[in-house]
Amino acid sequence: MDAAEAKKIIVEELEKKTKSKSKFYLKDFYKFLPDEKPRAVKNIVNDMVAEGILEYWSSGSTTMIGLKGRGKQAAAEDED
Amino acid sequence: MAKHETPLLDQLESGPWPSFVSDLKAEAEARAKNEKGIDYQIPADCVEDLLGVLELSYKHGRTHWKHGGIVGVFGYGGGVIGRYCDSPDKFPGVEAFHTVRVAQPGGKYYKTEYLKQLMDIWELRGSGITNMHGSTGDIIFIGTTTKQLEEIFYEMTHNMNQDLGGSGSNLRTPADCLGESRCEYACYDTQDLCYNLTMEYQDELHRPAFPYKFKFKFDGCPNCCVASIARSDMSFIGTWKDKIQVDQAEVKLYVDGQTPPNGGAHKDGNWGPFDIEKEVVNICPSGCMGYKGGKLLIDDKECVRCMHCINVMPKALHIGKKRGLSILVGAKAPILDGAQMGSLLVPFIEANKDNDYEEIKDVIEKVWDYWMEEGNNRERLGELIKRKGFQRLLEKCEIEADPRHVQFPRENPYIFWKEDEVAGGWNRDINEYRKHHKR
Repeated sequence: MDAAEAKKIIVEELEKKTKSKSKFYLKDFYKFLPDEKPRAVKNIVNDMVAEGILEYWSSGSTTMIGLKGRGKQAAAEDED
Repeated sequence: MAKHETPLLDQLESGPWPSFVSDLKAEAEARAKNEKGIDYQIPADCVEDLLGVLELSYKHGRTHWKHGGIVGVFGYGGGVIGRYCDSPDKFPGVEAFHTVRVAQPGGKYYKTEYLKQLMDIWELRGSGITNMHGSTGDIIFIGTTTKQLEEIFYEMTHNMNQDLGGSGSNLRTPADCLGESRCEYACYDTQDLCYNLTMEYQDELHRPAFPYKFKFKFDGCPNCCVASIARSDMSFIGTWKDKIQVDQAEVKLYVDGQTPPNGGAHKDGNWGPFDIEKEVVNICPSGCMGYKGGKLLIDDKECVRCMHCINVMPKALHIGKKRGLSILVGAKAPILDGAQMGSLLVPFIEANKDNDYEEIKDVIEKVWDYWMEEGNNRERLGELIKRKGFQRLLEKCEIEADPRHVQFPRENPYIFWKEDEVAGGWNRDINEYRKHHKR
């Protein structure tokens, strides 16, 4: 599967689930692309963050990933 | 006068130890005076507000920090941890008060000039409060606003050649002992291996790759000065595979009281004359030593690398000549399932600089592939090993099980053979079997 197709699938899958939650573990992305190795999925997801399609959320110990602009944002954290 | 009354924090200063409260008050005062004329880029009274919010947390018995955030620097998924106060109206100086992790230099060597440069950035663009060092080893900058993050990152990377450390579900900042730079016990060059792996795995260090955090730590010898065996998912501990080097003439000088044991570390105590039987031979954990006819005897194949004899008589005993390291996996602190120490995965492997540590990287990547495939969300490697069994990890790493992998012999009498390991598989003819094995 080429990267563009994989990215399209990821966005579609996230859009479907966005009503119930906005942030996902990296492992959740493996399920969207079952034929790809975890390391390949990780690289695609990190590319998508660099491209501004996805964004990280970190508690400090764990990192979650979601569509950029969805869920709680910096502005909602009482900061502009 | 302080901005907030802090009677509960004041009480903490009354104990016998140096107090972080006193340090915070000193920093708050220094920022208020601003004798250096710094053009503070975040509120000058942020440390006052930090003391205030901490006092409130003690009063209420709960935190007033919100958890996590999306903040970071471009291209990185770690190194910055978002922190926001839940009472910004009372404490505007710490409304946003993010933590920045700075990768510490190998062996934690730095020049005063380097520390001054770091602090020049941090006093200007942050709170001025640091944690030297965090438990993973990083230099921690405590408290800045989102706008300052890219500025701090730019100045550190462009002016100091200094990178951020790891956080979140990333490879955490690798930590090492000072190794061969100062220590005669080092069995490999810890700083070189630490630096090499840090550069090799930049992507894993800066962008989330795993189900949870993953830590490397490098100890040059089994004294384990960075406690890798207890604190890292993958621990690299120097060892040797030949004999401890013994200089019998130097042993005699210890026995005769001419050389103080432990390098003289205990010479001020009233311990009486050195007794090699009592202080070394009889407390060897594997009982592999004897002292007969004025000679120290060691049955090296029984040595478990406790290092005690070498530590007591460093002029007489020395690490072996065929040096390398052991790889242990699965140590962690007690969040789930209690604390775990590392389990031995690779008993001996050479730390070969000439081939860029290829064999070590091969083990690392097999472990990662297994954990990435089968680890649950927020499951440390040690928990996965416990859930699936150590045998599964050995299979995935293509390492043959060996007696050194067994901590306690015969603790578990059950052996689970697989069908392909048994001649004839599971479908043997029972009648044929009964001809030779009557009930």
